[in-house]
Amino acid sequence: MILSMVTTLAMSVVAASTPLLIAASGELVAEKSGVLNLGVEGMMLVGAIAGFATAHHSGSAMLGVGVAALAGIGIAMIFAMLSLSFLANQVATGLALTIFGHGFAALLGAGYVGISAPVLHPIAIPLLSAIPVLGPVLFDENILVYFAFIMLAVIAWFLNKTHAGLILRAVGDSHDAAHAMGYPVLRIRYAAVAFGGAMAGIAGAYFSLFYSPLWSQDLTAGRGWIALALVVFSAWRPLWLLVGAYLFGGITFFSLYVQGLGISVPSPLVSALPYVGTVLVLVLISRDARRIRLNQPACLGKYFHATA
Amino acid sequence: MSSLKRRGFTAMLGASALAAPGIIGAARAAAPLKVGFVYVGPVGDFGWSYQHDIARKQAQAALGGAIETSFVENVPEAPECQAVFESLVASGHKLIFGTSFGYMNYMVKVAAKHPDVMFEHCTGYKQAKNLAIYDIRYYQGRYIQGVIAGHMSKTGKIGYVASVPIPEVVQGMDAVLLGMRSVNPKAQLKFIMVDSWYDPGKEGDAAKALIDQGCDVLTQHTDSPAPLQVAASRNIPAFGEATDMIKFAPKNQLTADVNEWGGYYIKRCKAALAGTWKTENTWGGFADGMLAMAPYTNMPDSVAAAAKQAVADISSGKNKIFVGPLTDQTGKIFLPAGQVMDDNTLTGLQTLVQGIDGKLS
Amino acid sequence: MLFRLEPRGERSGFWSIGSPVLAILLTIVTMMVIFALLGKPPVQGIETFLITPIANVSGLSSLAVRAAPLIMIGAGLALCYRANVWNIGGDGQFTMGALAGAGVALALPNGAFWWEYPLVLALGVLGGMVWAGLVAWLKLKFNANEILTSLMLVYVANLILVWLVTGPWRDPQGFGFPQSAMFGAGATTPDFGSTSIHLGCALAPVLALVLWQILGRSVLGFQLRVVGQAPRAARFAGFSNARLTWIALLVSGGLSGLAGIIEVTGPIGQLTTTITPGYGFSAVIVAFLGRLHPVGVIFAGLLLALSYLGGDAAQINLNMPNAITGIFQGVLLFYLLGADVLILHRVRRIRPRATEAA
Repeated sequence: MILSMVTTLAMSVVAASTPLLIAASGELVAEKSGVLNLGVEGMMLVGAIAGFATAHHSGSAMLGVGVAALAGIGIAMIFAMLSLSFLANQVATGLALTIFGHGFAALLGAGYVGISAPVLHPIAIPLLSAIPVLGPVLFDENILVYFAFIMLAVIAWFLNKTHAGLILRAVGDSHDAAHAMGYPVLRIRYAAVAFGGAMAGIAGAYFSLFYSPLWSQDLTAGRGWIALALVVFSAWRPLWLLVGAYLFGGITFFSLYVQGLGISVPSPLVSALPYVGTVLVLVLISRDARRIRLNQPACLGKYFHATA
Repeated sequence: MSSLKRRGFTAMLGASALAAPGIIGAARAAAPLKVGFVYVGPVGDFGWSYQHDIARKQAQAALGGAIETSFVENVPEAPECQAVFESLVASGHKLIFGTSFGYMNYMVKVAAKHPDVMFEHCTGYKQAKNLAIYDIRYYQGRYIQGVIAGHMSKTGKIGYVASVPIPEVVQGMDAVLLGMRSVNPKAQLKFIMVDSWYDPGKEGDAAKALIDQGCDVLTQHTDSPAPLQVAASRNIPAFGEATDMIKFAPKNQLTADVNEWGGYYIKRCKAALAGTWKTENTWGGFADGMLAMAPYTNMPDSVAAAAKQAVADISSGKNKIFVGPLTDQTGKIFLPAGQVMDDNTLTGLQTLVQGIDGKLS
Repeated sequence: MLFRLEPRGERSGFWSIGSPVLAILLTIVTMMVIFALLGKPPVQGIETFLITPIANVSGLSSLAVRAAPLIMIGAGLALCYRANVWNIGGDGQFTMGALAGAGVALALPNGAFWWEYPLVLALGVLGGMVWAGLVAWLKLKFNANEILTSLMLVYVANLILVWLVTGPWRDPQGFGFPQSAMFGAGATTPDFGSTSIHLGCALAPVLALVLWQILGRSVLGFQLRVVGQAPRAARFAGFSNARLTWIALLVSGGLSGLAGIIEVTGPIGQLTTTITPGYGFSAVIVAFLGRLHPVGVIFAGLLLALSYLGGDAAQINLNMPNAITGIFQGVLLFYLLGADVLILHRVRRIRPRATEAA
């Protein structure tokens, strides 16, 4: 009984945390290259509708995920062009992307309300899924849960162990130096932003094809912003991203769970917990300025204009 | 974020059949009556606003060229809505329906400024000479859900995904529990307030938390089908919040209450056309055709029969639902035996009955 | 690449004005294309969107009412952004201002004191300042990123509002609905005659102009210009970054708080669960569209307010979806940000042998 309770609880937390993890790891890569893209929420919504529409017409949820990634890249390119080629302010461009993405997705989605599409089903991994508790929680999930873990590992490896990752970080830390060494700063940043867009698109598809499988205008309900907060929370370290995403997913879920137990706390105040928690953790993490400086891309949000 | 957005169900009424096109032939010679609808959500919310828009189309289809309808969606419950009502008036609309509670004070203001325009406010409580109010007795449908849940639940615990603690939601929770206890006197209800009318992710999470805590039937008072989808994925029975929600849980939806605004809109448009429109306070239920239940599915015939009987009893007035003795959560009787709660008290209900687990904030 | 950008070395006076004009023209063309794609007549669409809403007096007063909070918040945000402080939590500061002022308005006996309304406004300003001050404190003391803290505090403020109006401050006569009592006449923002124009509509441009004068003539304004354009030089010159951050956030929070308390004591008349439809976020566009200049903000606020009214008109008259407003705002900001490159750079044709194309 207790075991099965722990299992279902843990599964709920995994389900709530996965889209945050996917979107945040994409943003992490973009930020490591020195680009701050505040348009995550907008990219997620466009990905959500693109994925949903594709799955509906093609009958394949997997194809939907793929198209969502492409749609995320497409809309991220508007941001990249403006902020990288036209040297526009990244904060403002990112906000514009969110506002535009929200409207654009609503326009595209007008005809898809109230209809259903194929959903992503859990894929059990043989043997491993039979382990008590851990098995169902970690090894009998839908493909995007595995994807989130795998991508996180790949990103951690890429950033820390590969030459390409080193160059990406160099671009984020000092674009002038990287440029002087002959690296194509802009091309690398374009690629990083595209990757962020793809991941945000996939995170959006997670909502429309699995988490609450339907299309509606406010489907992601602000989770793109949370993903952004998580990147800072993690101090740009992939492992801490995992901790942050699960912490946030956990707090969100438990604030609801506690209510069901009949504990008498005003529910709006409980609902505020995840946000207050994010601020507190942000403070704890940021307090050590040296540690932040160690990991924060020094050129985050700055313009790069090749002079030579 | 949290808002007072209202939600609702999909009307299935074949309203076009109600209106014989010939009846309104006389009005056709004159310019059509312009009728405006103001929605709080997008017509694509698949809930409350979608619902009203279906009814608008029914009215348009039923009355043909006699009326010309238009709508404005996503109108916030904020001062901006006043500008929307003003611009509807400015563009010649003579009958205007505002379909969210938060428009109340603004509609009162605009109505006072334009005595020649007829206004109708859904779910509010302020009436004026040219401002009528109308609403549905949603709790009647909730009671039916309770009766069905009483038969279907093995643990005797139903989970209720709630939005914000307004009287309508309190009535809903009380009615579900009373319905359930009419079958199983030990039944209990657990609820979670998600502080939002529309947040599929959070609604779904709340549904999961309720199931994890032993609820084996689920109902909801929020706008998205997410709780129903969760019920389907956990394979427990649940109630839908919109007619075609059966599509979201073909094996798990038991029924859904269906709001029938269409008939009301047709009636009011006809009155306006005939010049007999006057302010009214309409609070309709099963008996008035403003509320219906979606087909009973995924349950034994005997349970469906019990539900139908309960609908009949409510329609005929035999069962008034909020009838004493009613006991609150502390065990105190707040409605003495033999008394029926009057509509005024019911409209402002803030008391949870015994058997509901959890406190209102 | 055939073209490259070359720094001008100074701001182009022509393009400072020309870029928003170009952006607006491009946006109009794009919107016409979108209207055509949606199967609506493009010219009529633009007319409905931009002209119909303000073709009569009641439309103009609606415009002023919607623009007032956008201008107030936007002017404060412009100041923040000049100081490189990325406050995007205007909505939270708006809400806390409304709560602080409303708390007094609900507690005092109605109309007993002449100073009731000024006190309510002052507390509104203070409430917004506290909420923004929190962001400044977290940034300076703990180095916490202000974009995120200000944003998280929007959610927190909103939930505090929900808690108060569903709990302690709920109107006892309100049938249990989540709303406070209506404010009494002693704590109501006065409006002018039969229009819906209220005190805030006049106050907003005046405050923006005052801010402009302060920025233009004081040492603070000079420091802001230096910090905004050359942060490193500013540090060498010994300007205190902390002081600027405090000033920018406090002024911006105060203005947002004022907008909030005026909104609830004026057009809304009570506290409800939704007192802002996202003014704080739209005001970010206002600040940028207004070139981070208080006078520009006034025009930008009016244009943004028009886009809301235009979205309503497009729905009523052409049955277009409401998403049009968001698309208009997003596209406008895209073009503006893109066109802004011309202020500091000129476009040059380049010979193919150039190495790094930018």
